[in-house]
Amino acid sequence: FSGSFGEVYQTFHLSIYMSSNNKFSISPEMATQEVQPNETLSNLKAESDTLKTKLEDERAKLHDVELHQVAEKVDGLGQFIMKTRRTLKGHGNKVLCMDWCKDKRRIVSSSQDGKVIVWDAFTTNKEHAVTMPCTWVMACAYAPSGCAVACGGLDNKCSVYPLSLDKNENLAAKKKSVAMHTNYLSACSFTNSDMQILTSSGDGTCALWDVESGQLLQSFHGHAADVLCLDLAPSETGNTFISGGCDKKANVWDMRSGQCIQSFETHESDINSVRYYPSGDAFASGSDDATCRLYDLRADREVAIYSKESIIFGASSVDFSLSGRLLFGGYNDYTINVWDVLKGTRVSILFGHENRVSALRVSPDGTAFCSGSWDHTLRVWA
Amino acid sequence: MSNNSANSSNLVIAQKAVKQLRLEASVRRIKVSQAASDLKTFCLQNAHKDPLLMGVPSSDNPFRPPKSCALF
Repeated sequence: FSGSFGEVYQTFHLSIYMSSNNKFSISPEMATQEVQPNETLSNLKAESDTLKTKLEDERAKLHDVELHQVAEKVDGLGQFIMKTRRTLKGHGNKVLCMDWCKDKRRIVSSSQDGKVIVWDAFTTNKEHAVTMPCTWVMACAYAPSGCAVACGGLDNKCSVYPLSLDKNENLAAKKKSVAMHTNYLSACSFTNSDMQILTSSGDGTCALWDVESGQLLQSFHGHAADVLCLDLAPSETGNTFISGGCDKKANVWDMRSGQCIQSFETHESDINSVRYYPSGDAFASGSDDATCRLYDLRADREVAIYSKESIIFGASSVDFSLSGRLLFGGYNDYTINVWDVLKGTRVSILFGHENRVSALRVSPDGTAFCSGSWDHTLRVWA
Repeated sequence: MSNNSANSSNLVIAQKAVKQLRLEASVRRIKVSQAASDLKTFCLQNAHKDPLLMGVPSSDNPFRPPKSCALF
């Protein structure tokens, strides 16, 4: 997005700050508190540039070694034999999103055809199906209890459907509208309970919602364009989450204050997917610039790039294996590349899908991973 | 929107941006060597528990045996 759109966009959000003064963390009074009243726009711009340079210098000072150098003595990984073990067929159009249930066998997936399907991945049976009132259901998520799913897309909403044990019951009747954005819903995730949902949207914001009341609990402003993805920190590491967007930025947020606490801008195009490293101290991203990258949160910088000259199509979805040693990336060239996270090399390339891979998640116990594709199918690999 | 209120909006936006950058610049950081070493240690300590990394025998992995082995 060029400057002028970004400025208009930020002005729009500023007017929201001005009008509803009790839900957002930065008020106009606070913003002016530390800044002298006679500071002009050009002074602030100069300070802004100085701070950006300072930030880069501080980060560079601590850049004493590369990750793959630290990993030189680590044993290389052998051959991987991973194959498609299950193919889930039933969607009538592109699969856009998927999520695993905590029971390690059920999967929810959503599609351009407006359908959300719950599968038993062991047997490949469909257990539930819901037809959404919109097409392009870009986001879906399983509730931690396994008793509900959330989904949304072009309807600009995130809705929760309790899953009934009675297969004949019409799930759409019990639907609860939770989140309302002013543009498409790109991703959603329950927090560590069924009671709260985190959403990201084409309107440039993320938001935290109470499921029962539909109330907005916290709003996260800072991206200058569509937010495409989010991931919650592993529960042990506290109340943060990461988001990635069309502004090429990956942001780390404090869930309680709504503050952006760290920001990374090294990708050269849209960030389609972000995922925390299992320890919570780092995260990976996948981008339309055909690279995946690893950012360490304590070093506050990018520490690895996973790329090859032969890979020229965007990475749409990434996830780690249980130990964090492997990074799986689904790409727009229909393949899945498997990377050695420490050494920075590719260890395997998986073929099978007949169109773009759009979603990829490792199962909760790490025994398999599932990929969803524009070829209408999902595949479980192990 | 009048010119004056547009100017003051831009000013508040710039103030907000400067405040955000000050916050980000003040983050406490560790050296990459330390961070990388910790990432490596985590991987190695957890490697034995990682089924996709180690491979598990087909009998232990619910996805490995082909569906046609089901007895029913």
